[in-house]
Amino acid sequence: MAERLKAVDMVTIGVGLTGSLAALELVQAGLKVVGLERGAPRFTVPDFQSPAIHDELRFSIRKAMMQDNTKVPVSFRNNSSETALPIRRWESFLPGQGLGGSFVHWNGQSFRAQVADFIYRTHLLQRYGQKFVESCGADLTFQDWGLTYDQIEPYYDRFEYLIGVSGKAGNINGQIQPGGNPFEAPRSREYPNPPMKETYFGAIFRKGAEQLGYHPYPQPSSNLSRPYTNPLGLKLQQCVFCGFCERYACEHYAKGSPQTTILPVLLKNPNYELRTNCEVLRINLDSTGKKATGVIYVDGAGREFEQPAEMVFITAFPLNNVRTLLLSGIGKPYDPRTGEGVVGRNYTYQTTGGPTVFMDESINVNPFMSSGAPGTMIDDFGGDNFDHSNLGFIGGQYVGSIMTGGRPIEFHPTPPGTPKWGLEWKQAVARHYNHTIAVQQHGTSAPSRLNYLDLDPTYKDAWGQPLLRMTFNFPENDIRMSQYIADKVVEIGRAMGGKTVVRGGTKRPYTTTVYQSTHNCGGAIMGDDPRTSVVNRYQQCWDVPNVFSLGGASFPQNITYNYTVTIGAITLFALDAIKNKYLKAPGPMVQA
Amino acid sequence: MAEISRRTLMKVTGALGTSIVPAALVPDAASAQQDHAHAAAPAQSSPDSSPAKFTTYLFFNAEEAAFMEAAVARLIPKDEQWGGALEAGVPNYIDKQLAGAWGAGERLYRSGPWQPGTPSQGYQLPFTPAELFRTALRAIDQELAQTPFASRNPDEQDSYLKTLEAGGKDLGGVPSDVFFAHLWQCTVEGFFSDPVYGGNRDMVSWRMIGFPGAYASYYDLVDKHGIKLDRPPMSLAQDAHGHIHMDPGIPARSP
Repeated sequence: MAERLKAVDMVTIGVGLTGSLAALELVQAGLKVVGLERGAPRFTVPDFQSPAIHDELRFSIRKAMMQDNTKVPVSFRNNSSETALPIRRWESFLPGQGLGGSFVHWNGQSFRAQVADFIYRTHLLQRYGQKFVESCGADLTFQDWGLTYDQIEPYYDRFEYLIGVSGKAGNINGQIQPGGNPFEAPRSREYPNPPMKETYFGAIFRKGAEQLGYHPYPQPSSNLSRPYTNPLGLKLQQCVFCGFCERYACEHYAKGSPQTTILPVLLKNPNYELRTNCEVLRINLDSTGKKATGVIYVDGAGREFEQPAEMVFITAFPLNNVRTLLLSGIGKPYDPRTGEGVVGRNYTYQTTGGPTVFMDESINVNPFMSSGAPGTMIDDFGGDNFDHSNLGFIGGQYVGSIMTGGRPIEFHPTPPGTPKWGLEWKQAVARHYNHTIAVQQHGTSAPSRLNYLDLDPTYKDAWGQPLLRMTFNFPENDIRMSQYIADKVVEIGRAMGGKTVVRGGTKRPYTTTVYQSTHNCGGAIMGDDPRTSVVNRYQQCWDVPNVFSLGGASFPQNITYNYTVTIGAITLFALDAIKNKYLKAPGPMVQA
Repeated sequence: MAEISRRTLMKVTGALGTSIVPAALVPDAASAQQDHAHAAAPAQSSPDSSPAKFTTYLFFNAEEAAFMEAAVARLIPKDEQWGGALEAGVPNYIDKQLAGAWGAGERLYRSGPWQPGTPSQGYQLPFTPAELFRTALRAIDQELAQTPFASRNPDEQDSYLKTLEAGGKDLGGVPSDVFFAHLWQCTVEGFFSDPVYGGNRDMVSWRMIGFPGAYASYYDLVDKHGIKLDRPPMSLAQDAHGHIHMDPGIPARSP
């Protein structure tokens, strides 16, 4: 029997980006908040310190910072005629665990979405017409977000200044800025910090891209280009390009994360209580099923507690947000046969994978001198930045040279024709290691009625609850898009001086065995119609208005760009409405 | 932890700057290694050194160790310049991994029911890595009882490894391609991972490719495009505090 604890105003399920940000906003408004984090407490000092943090085997290969999949994995199948089996080792995507969540081991690649992304379906129909959109795939379920870029621009700005993004504006209030991304959505002002130093592989990419008439620019980065004090008074340092960023925590206080930009202020607030090693099993509803009364959780010693709360915020990794809703009976589960129901619908991923460019042996690329967001890139093929009328697909990708390190277990390229092992392999590795540039393609993932999340009928977690089941394959649209851009990027590779350019691009079937992206999104999407969305534009559940599901699960479909900064912006947007509207009159903030 | 001033940072990175010289002026990586005052690993790095014979195996029995030593020597052989996986201590690395948490199934979800999946679904066998190696190695030992793998000539060894790699052979319930994939992944890990894990002896693979290891800062070098970094690599075992500067405004303690 669960021990019933003293009621609080708000509880967060997870203490990562959205959990710490939402809690900070509400404790500052005077609310009592409890943060429940399933992982361990951890801090820059002493937990992220050198030398131990520079351990490729432990962090990149064994994935020490990731969700404990021996307790809670995800099951997977490519389509609903297969039997889903548990993903027994993480590879394709890497949800974080522990205080700070995935916002600790992220790379800091810090983009905004575009104006069209928020009104995607409307935009596509206006520009190309229904016939064209349908021709891209009968199963595709593009959708608008229920909010506009203009509405969240101020929150993008706030979030970028909170975490200290380093970059060069391409568009300030409609004025194109030299040196930035000319395709960028209009910003109200410059980034808080100038761009990072350009790496050699970035400079080589720049030259190649310029030669072909594209528009290279420095990747916006939350690895900071200079010391910075954020609006909360927290100090960050300059990134030193150690080359251990993604899958690692920053030892230098140089990467925007909850530990560097939010938690030191939050944890000092007497209205806040952090409880780590606490696994939330479900949200409790009252007898009407329309109001949450709190959560049930189990602590590290196995003791069960009920934490009553006026508001429940699901602030976990997107896949875990969806699972929490399903386990709690909030919202109608999606049924792919009828297309009815919403929870689990429009699960999307990210199309990734670019070419490998083998350079002359006189070019010392030095990929180990790097950060998590060291790219020089182009947005000429991003989103809807190019005319799709005659292309037979929707969507796009950014392209750039973004080598986030040269750690050799992961990175030891050999050109085509090299044996897979033996003396020739070894000699090819020695010859090419420091003379090879990886170019990244990274882009949209179209939603399909065939791709969704639900509860697994067979496999259970360590507490006996069903695993989340993922049914996913890349729609043909995404393959056509990615392969079209792959051809263009091979030309860039040649213009970079590549002696051999190995073509990239996404292929079917999607596999869980190769790392691609940790930008899993959707499944509890936002919108303006309860029949096709789980939450409204404030990420408030339509069915249970005192439950908010924050983060990437709210994206109706995935965008071209890494999603963290957009998650930060929609979170701040929601919290402003909660503070100014919901707290004064609790209830639905949008009428269905 | 100590708060290190910016001045210290400058001093240290300044010293690092002096080691950046044109490739032609650097004698060779091995002698540079000997000059490195803090070298923890033995400076000896001749490709002929055979540290395997000094390995204390905690997991492998004698027959298994003989196979592993012979197999990794074919997967990543030594050449005139650089030792291979055997000389790098890869069998020792794999032995310690299998004897420890990873061998016992660390970070491997191990609840049934078990059934074969599609390639997209990844590894679906009930074996832990330790069980997988033990099972497959026993089957190989039995199959090759007449002439054990280790006593065959290199061409025969390569051709046997290729049959494992191709799959289709059942090694006591472990498909041979699955075993080969594990063997290869572990060999790559042991060859390239930090020497603290018992492989990559003398940081041989890092010197071979020019990976400098666990240095903490390239801030002053990252925009010196194309420089050749000819300083000896550094292991986690050698790394020391003192190379980052701490802003005095950042509290040294956690909140």
